[in-house]
Amino acid sequence: MSEKYDVIVVGAGPAGVTTAYLTAKAGLKTILFERGDHPGAKNVMGGVLYRKPTEDVIANFWKEAPLERHVIEQNLWILDKNSVVKAGYRTKAQDQEPYNAFTVFRSRFDRWFAQKAVEAGALLITETVVEDLIWDNHFVVGVKTGRPQGDVYGSVVVLAEGVNSMLTQKAGLQKDGLNTAQLAVAVKEVIALDKEKIESRFNLEEGQGATIELVGDATMGMMGTAFIYTNTDSLSVGVGALLSQVVRQKINPNELLEHLKNHPIVRPLLEGGETKEYLGHLIPEGGYNAIPKVYTNGVVVVGDAAQFVNGIHREGSNMAMISGKLAAETIIDAHKIGEFDERALSHYQKKLSNSFIIKDLKKYQNASGFFETNDHIFSLYPSLLNKAAEEFTTVDNVPKREKQRRIMELVTSERSKLEILRDIYRGWRVMG
Amino acid sequence: MHFVVCVKQVPDSSEVRVDPETNTLIREGVPSIINPYDAHAVEEAVRLKEKYGGKVTVISMGPPQAEEVIRKSIQFGADEGILLSDRKFAGSDTLATSYVLTQGIKKLAEREPFDLIFCGKQAIDGDTAQVGPGIAARLKIPQLTYVLNIEEINVEEKTIKLHRKLEGMREVISAKLPALLTVVQDLNELRYAPLPNMIRAARYRPQVWTTENIEVEDDKIGLNGSPTAVRKIFAPPEREGGEIIPGGQENPEETARKLVERLLKEEIIADK
Repeated sequence: MSEKYDVIVVGAGPAGVTTAYLTAKAGLKTILFERGDHPGAKNVMGGVLYRKPTEDVIANFWKEAPLERHVIEQNLWILDKNSVVKAGYRTKAQDQEPYNAFTVFRSRFDRWFAQKAVEAGALLITETVVEDLIWDNHFVVGVKTGRPQGDVYGSVVVLAEGVNSMLTQKAGLQKDGLNTAQLAVAVKEVIALDKEKIESRFNLEEGQGATIELVGDATMGMMGTAFIYTNTDSLSVGVGALLSQVVRQKINPNELLEHLKNHPIVRPLLEGGETKEYLGHLIPEGGYNAIPKVYTNGVVVVGDAAQFVNGIHREGSNMAMISGKLAAETIIDAHKIGEFDERALSHYQKKLSNSFIIKDLKKYQNASGFFETNDHIFSLYPSLLNKAAEEFTTVDNVPKREKQRRIMELVTSERSKLEILRDIYRGWRVMG
Repeated sequence: MHFVVCVKQVPDSSEVRVDPETNTLIREGVPSIINPYDAHAVEEAVRLKEKYGGKVTVISMGPPQAEEVIRKSIQFGADEGILLSDRKFAGSDTLATSYVLTQGIKKLAEREPFDLIFCGKQAIDGDTAQVGPGIAARLKIPQLTYVLNIEEINVEEKTIKLHRKLEGMREVISAKLPALLTVVQDLNELRYAPLPNMIRAARYRPQVWTTENIEVEDDKIGLNGSPTAVRKIFAPPEREGGEIIPGGQENPEETARKLVERLLKEEIIADK
């Protein structure tokens, strides 16, 4: 095929669509490949989309994009077997335009988003898998799709292929591949529930949304979190845990989700709901240390494929979009000088390093390793906290000093003061 | 040879449900697809084009978003597509739809006369199987329904020889061209579209013809031209489990006798 593109984007998720949208808008001849039936068909996320990073790509998107509810309340629930300690933040400030975050369905949002890229001039080719890169003298000059006569040539290939980063590995940018300690497996159900029920159970008015992140018994003590997000007339309920732990403990992710749904504290929220969809996906949780080299001659890597996920802060799609944007800026500059070699594309790395993406991932670079090897943090402490709360809330004529002593005794019977101090110190080191 | 294929956009029936209270189809949020029989019709037309030369034009009546099925047809290798789209067409039943499509095909034929028209045997949303025969009747050309296999086309003599799928048998038949065929899925295997077709389809913008472009009489289109009234749509009742006559292991003869008696009583088999 003689036709040549300025930009070939592999994957129409938030990262790839962002790059395609911006390069097409800048007048670059852009082709965007998606293996699914439509953009979003193969993508999964819990369901919170942040306004600011999205608006950095499409101004006022929230006025027309398919969104569910705007989030005004975010909660953290620390679960034990029969109890929960809650923390949360609710604000009227996020109840007004332009809002802070929204609950969304990827399959609807990505479809809309990709349509924007098409309107900007990008060519969207769905149901087409990109299987390999085409090399010419250490330069990537195109891609091979799985279709007959499927080779396509371009100046630069943007790998937005998602967590299962086969092409990034084939490009030699991720030499060791992926390992199970760097991946989480997440499963989710969309549970249909009457609008009115959602609003009364979560104390919301029309259009308002709430999120709950759950730890502790929610993941049966494994490193991971669970979540419940309110959509317009459904709930997204899911749980994610580190793949290595799921494998080690021989727990099927679906069992985790059933455990969560049947938890005595969670169940009443879901009562009467009907499961509409079941989704599962891998999440790259390796953080800073797992980031591959994100550029080479004729290639840049964006989004999940580059491991841009901040598991601790529930961020991923925002990093995907911003990395997609930084890649687009780099490509547009490179196009001006007509050079797409490592040197020209290394500006992408510089932009990333100056952005919150690398700064945040660096900040937490030792966190997942720490939690992975100290999984008692996800089992022991939530339980202790709940026991302490139980003691504290029970009025039974015991003097308060005695109660404090009992709590301390309870805590230190499970873990020595020295160990606790060490956990706090290390926890602070990796999180602070 | 000029092959014209009629295609329809339908809701993906694997995802459609019937509202138990109103007995209507819940179409909301259900993805649209090309009617599966029509896809095989396009495939066959493209194969014939590859064998005998010529051109494949697809034509559809529907709302603006129905241009998706035209694009899908381009992926399969169709050369051109025309969308008949006008608010006045809304609410057309099979009578009105076959009229609008006929008028569209007549207009197309002014430019390029056709040799063969393809339709799917029926659409999976209405299942009426009337539009194809309706077009043939209006155009006064032979109609060949349930086509299973096209043996050959004689380009010089303008004839076609093909097989029709009938109950328990197949009919081998010849006809003069131009003719209209309605096809079953067994006719062919859909191809995995080559990338250049995918790219052409992504770029393709079909011609849209409205009541301005084709000659139609107002009382023959849309609701005005549609005498059909739908009284009720309902999901077929779920099949109940069959009756099992026990004892086959121990006493097969006696059990077989009981079975025959039951079948006779239900008049499923005849006595002699």
